[in-house]
Amino acid sequence: MATRITLFLLLLAVSPAVEGSGFAFAQETQEAAATMPAEDPELEAQVRRIAAKLRCPTCRALSVQDSPSGMAQEMRSLIREQLLAGKTPAEVEAYFVERYGEWILLEPKAEGFNWAVWLLPVFLLLGGLAFVLITARRWVREGQARAAALVKEGQEGEL
Amino acid sequence: MSLKKLLIPATAIPIVALLAYGLTRDPNMIESPLPGHEAFDFTSATLDGDTLSLADLRGKVVVINFWASWCIACIDEHQVFVEAERYYAGQDFQMLGVVYQDTPENARRWMARRGGNWPSVIDPSSRIAIDYGVYGVPETYFIDKGGWIQHKQIGPVNTLLMRDLVDRLLAESPGTEVTSTGALEGGVPTGRSAGHTGDAAGQAAGSDTQEGQP
Repeated sequence: MATRITLFLLLLAVSPAVEGSGFAFAQETQEAAATMPAEDPELEAQVRRIAAKLRCPTCRALSVQDSPSGMAQEMRSLIREQLLAGKTPAEVEAYFVERYGEWILLEPKAEGFNWAVWLLPVFLLLGGLAFVLITARRWVREGQARAAALVKEGQEGEL
Repeated sequence: MSLKKLLIPATAIPIVALLAYGLTRDPNMIESPLPGHEAFDFTSATLDGDTLSLADLRGKVVVINFWASWCIACIDEHQVFVEAERYYAGQDFQMLGVVYQDTPENARRWMARRGGNWPSVIDPSSRIAIDYGVYGVPETYFIDKGGWIQHKQIGPVNTLLMRDLVDRLLAESPGTEVTSTGALEGGVPTGRSAGHTGDAAGQAAGSDTQEGQP
């Protein structure tokens, strides 16, 4: 137990040193954010909508909206700046696509080969449903035929 | 053959083929739309306190390297740039660093420790990095004399790749295109026609091309 407590205290002491410059940088960014003017709810909602559509370049699996990384934070600021400068959401998205390619979009555009991404799940779902329906109907038919046969043979008790 | 017997291979074969194709691709290799695009201009303060504008370097082959003092892979390639600066001294070549998500103090210490006399600009709000579609560090862009991005390298640059690209770009007049294999072709580059990261040039040169990590 004493060893665990010592290890815990050691980790607590070491963690700020491990964070190093990243910690200092995050602190600077937070300070900068704190000095920002009061939020415009409508603008912020628009920023969130656009950021939710973009993939965070450093986290990959998260959207720019969900990512806590410094890069995502800067991208959100840039979206805000561009909207304030009068760009439309489509123009802001186009800016990122021009730099990062379509990879930056979490949802690929429904065009060309990308249609496969949108249509394949629908086809697979319909195919699966059709398979289940056909199989179920066959089972019912077979069951009915077996029941009829048993009735015919006078073996209703087997049912 | 009954429909049931056909249905299983008809479903399984395309799925297996799709998965097999996926295994041949490196998920870290993301095609960049930037090679063939005009380099985005920027003006920023350097670590030495000067102001540098990319437009002022027009007429030179510019190698823009995004780096950070916390980036382990940046250590590997830094020596390549130090050698290149020496090798191409007196030619129309300019090495240029962009400090990514780092403090100027750390970046200055790093440069002082590892050498190199080229300027590095500070990018406090990552605007330059976003403009250049940076995923992480290290990432390096090769700009020709006319100001066109000719190659984007994700991951460390090695000497062979550096020499191959810079020699070709120095030999050519502005507005000549480098393809994805690093070969030069005539004509003004437009749109997304040129090469991209992780292409044959990097692999042929034995580059350890990989996705930059923050």
